Amino acid sequence: MAMQRSQIELEHELRDDWHVIADIESFAGSDRCRTRLFGVDLIATKTEEAMYEVTRQDTGKAIEWAARYGFLWASLGTPARDIVDIPEARESDRYLVTGGSIAVNVSGLRLVENFLDMGHFPFIHTDYLGVEPHTEVPPYKVEISADDEIWATDCSFFQPVASPTAKGGFMVDYIYRVIRAYTVSLYKSNPTQQDRMDSIYLFVQPVDEENCVAHPFLCYLKDGMDEATVRWFMQLIFAQDKPILENQFPKRLPLDPRAETPIRADASSVLYRRWLRSHKISYGAIAAAD
Amino acid sequence: MIKLYDYELSGNCYKLRLFMNILDVEYEPVAIDFYPGKEHKSEWFLKINPLGQLPVLNDDGFVLRDAQAILVYLASKFDRSGKWYPTDQPELLGAINQWMAFSDGITSTSSAARLHDGLFYDFDIEACRAGAHRLFRILDEHLWFEEKQGNSWLCSADHPTIADIACFPYVILSEEGGISRQDYPAIRRWTDRVKRIPGFMVMSGVFPAGPAFKQQNQEMSA
Repeated sequence: MAMQRSQIELEHELRDDWHVIADIESFAGSDRCRTRLFGVDLIATKTEEAMYEVTRQDTGKAIEWAARYGFLWASLGTPARDIVDIPEARESDRYLVTGGSIAVNVSGLRLVENFLDMGHFPFIHTDYLGVEPHTEVPPYKVEISADDEIWATDCSFFQPVASPTAKGGFMVDYIYRVIRAYTVSLYKSNPTQQDRMDSIYLFVQPVDEENCVAHPFLCYLKDGMDEATVRWFMQLIFAQDKPILENQFPKRLPLDPRAETPIRADASSVLYRRWLRSHKISYGAIAAAD
Repeated sequence: MIKLYDYELSGNCYKLRLFMNILDVEYEPVAIDFYPGKEHKSEWFLKINPLGQLPVLNDDGFVLRDAQAILVYLASKFDRSGKWYPTDQPELLGAINQWMAFSDGITSTSSAARLHDGLFYDFDIEACRAGAHRLFRILDEHLWFEEKQGNSWLCSADHPTIADIACFPYVILSEEGGISRQDYPAIRRWTDRVKRIPGFMVMSGVFPAGPAFKQQNQEMSA
């Protein structure tokens, strides 16, 4: 069972921040949506065009909301910073699409970690993002940036079908970025314009400590692509991860360095766990022993 | 060429992709934005299927909806072995249709539970799961008795039929709706056999049978 903690204990960094609670498209044909954030039941109501009201079910109080990038966002506290900025969203030659929000029965931190991992590509995304015997993850750099994000650079991996428009396999360059505890993005070579990159942002909604919703946001170059295909590919890939994620044990992410044994390819995950420890984030985690 | 109006994560679309792969029938998938776009409820799609459901098949202008009906059509038109839907065997044909109707029950319970858990459909989740367990118990007992008589498949024949294809997807995806198959050993053995049918293919959430075991089996039967 998911352990529920009182909101008093919820880290300020998480409480006073924005979190996606719904894809706005899910309001089509209905003006109400029920969801949960950090264990608090929420009701989102569309009051008029592009206007919403989000209320907590426990107290009946309205909370702050915002609509951006096709998502409805909310905060349980007072947002101390703005929603993550996406520079690619200002480039007119890209599709900007929500990928389809999918609920996953595991801690959202596990989802972020899985998103950073290249080692599973040949085994879980067989014939798409990887294929045997190309199983080795070449060494990459990972560091904390000046504005306290995690950047993994110089990543590359052989992918048979790297993207919906890929014709044949190639070595795909990747950059990974952990922007906030529950927000991660990647940039990967576009198969037709290999000097430019497609990007995927994953906004993870912490439903409770052992349940989350993945809200992907896709910024793909339009060249040779259509919108439906972008969604099709994202869901195909994500649904391959889902059963693996739901069978991870424990469901919360252990932050103790001795809890799980990493290999060199896990360098970004090692740094992510250390970063969570230094930010004192424990929602969705199993804290390290002092 | 055959067009399949398709959604990647739909088990009912998957059964047609799977069966066409087994029969080696070429087709062109048309990706429908089922989620979150609800394109299957759009005006243009309702003209193709007024029920607003996937899958739909268009074979050179002949339009057919309903996954089970499409399995019948594909088997009757493309299966040269005549085994997948043997129209000259009344008892077998009756049993196939009985289990194909049963597969609709699996859809309305196990698939509904999966839509609830993963894609936020507003269903009575406990009723969905209880309904699926009731059907799985019946299926497991049936398969166990068939095994005792030396049969490996849903219908009493020495080969699979479209009934196996119809029932397989939402059995194998049940855990995504919180329905464990731990208590159904005969079902688990049967899903492993389905995974070894020549031409078997997976969808997201379905894992292939181990290749080493397959090789070993072929060596043993050689």
